[in-house]
Amino acid sequence: MSTVVGLTVRGLLGRRRSLLLVVLPVLLLVLAGLTRWASEGSVAASASLTGGFAMGTLLPLMCLLIGTGVIGPEIDDGSIVYLLAKPLPRRTILLAKLGVGLVATVVFAVLPVMASAAIAGDEDLKLTAAYGLATLLAGIAYTTVFVALSVLTRNAVIIGLLYALLWETVLGGFVPGIRAVSVRQWALAPAEALLGDNAKAWGVESAVSVPVGLSLLAVLVVGATWLAIRRLQTLRLVTAD
Amino acid sequence: MTTIVLESVSRWYGNVVAVNDVSITVGPGITGLLGPNGAGKSTLISMMGGFLAPSTGTVTLDGGPVWRNPEIYRTIGLVPEPEAMYDMVTGQQFLLANARLHGLADAGAAARRALEAVDMVEPSDRPIATYSKGMKQRIKMATALVHDPSVLLLDEPFNGMDPRQRLHLMDLLTRLASEGRTVLFSSHILEEVEQIAGTIEVLVAGRHAASGDYRRIRRLMTERPHQYTITSSDDRRLAGALVAAGAADGVTVGAGALAVQTSDWGRFVHALPRVAREAGVRLLEVSPADESLESVFAYLVAR
Repeated sequence: MSTVVGLTVRGLLGRRRSLLLVVLPVLLLVLAGLTRWASEGSVAASASLTGGFAMGTLLPLMCLLIGTGVIGPEIDDGSIVYLLAKPLPRRTILLAKLGVGLVATVVFAVLPVMASAAIAGDEDLKLTAAYGLATLLAGIAYTTVFVALSVLTRNAVIIGLLYALLWETVLGGFVPGIRAVSVRQWALAPAEALLGDNAKAWGVESAVSVPVGLSLLAVLVVGATWLAIRRLQTLRLVTAD
Repeated sequence: MTTIVLESVSRWYGNVVAVNDVSITVGPGITGLLGPNGAGKSTLISMMGGFLAPSTGTVTLDGGPVWRNPEIYRTIGLVPEPEAMYDMVTGQQFLLANARLHGLADAGAAARRALEAVDMVEPSDRPIATYSKGMKQRIKMATALVHDPSVLLLDEPFNGMDPRQRLHLMDLLTRLASEGRTVLFSSHILEEVEQIAGTIEVLVAGRHAASGDYRRIRRLMTERPHQYTITSSDDRRLAGALVAAGAADGVTVGAGALAVQTSDWGRFVHALPRVAREAGVRLLEVSPADESLESVFAYLVAR
């Protein structure tokens, strides 16, 4: 397990695109500073930045980078064979890689979003806590889905990008019917509940209730993980000869 | 002593049949899997290595299933064809990781032993990304040897090797086989295979075309019907004379050329000038029609 984790971490951070994992959060923090300066620490403005750009666009993109980075490249170039040709349950390999992805999601996405909420403007860190919870839940779901997608298809980045940008960001934000089947809305439900009376004033609203949101997230995460394990157990590895 | 048994194995992708009803038993010693490009060698090795399920038929390792059974990797060492490895780590770190993934008691010692076997101890503290093709091939070989497996499957291991590296690998494979291991490698070059393989399995267009030691395979390849294309001053007359002299099995008179088929080419090449002279026909051109490896293989399949 630890060896798979070690190789995965080196693979994730050793590639050039891992620079984006640092650049994007820094960009968010700069925006948060500008927002604070421009709106003089208004919590509503902070909530708008965090709920819109940070959670709506940056989080899915970061999860896409991470989720497709922990196993996809190895499947693409065939080097995954060195992990698969070992007397290890494939489940262990997938869970180790998913674990790396989830920790990276917390470090590079969830914590920066929280920091951005705190910097842009907050009241007793209420907003920070609420968005911390929402991005943690959404981040777990996104990264798990993107890891599963990388095992299921070689076009995971394209499909994931379309999903993240179109479904989650554009449609999930505006089209009422789709809002109810969007990870973002499910994860916002507990954040809305956490904020109580402040939620409406700060514009933290979800299209679904807390039990519905949490159970749909759980189903999605467990389902995606199960699917990914199943698929890795029967992953075809053959070169054209 | 480990044996891999393929029984009536077929594999198709959609409408394309990659491997067609192949039954092979691979036992201790070196087995060469010979066939032209696209014959299905990699598909077959993938199925033996548990990375592809046969569409029909069974692949077993000492009686146990290979597909969806990671325990087989305690017994099997695999040298895959793709060059990609974990480029960012050093050879030594990569070997150590492989040894740990196998759960070996003394992973460090196992990694060192494997590096020594392929003569890669000295460059092993450099990142794999800096290695030449031949060095990468040797590191791949080392990862397959790290857990001292009794079966070794190698997909085109000689590709991209210079003659010295080739000899070194041939020596290594021969040594491993003499220790009682089961070694199977694929290649599309007969000379490569016949130098070290005790048994040769010929695969053509997905079919198991021939099996045996290199003498038998050589004989099959030279004693096949040969085709010649001949142009002469009088094709019809020469055709008649060749058939009358019994020098050819079949003659087809085509547009401006004769197509001659013979199963005994030694007799044909001796008879041709004599028959032509006696018939008063001047030979303009005599050329073998199909001496490519592909056509040799194609004959073996059609047989």
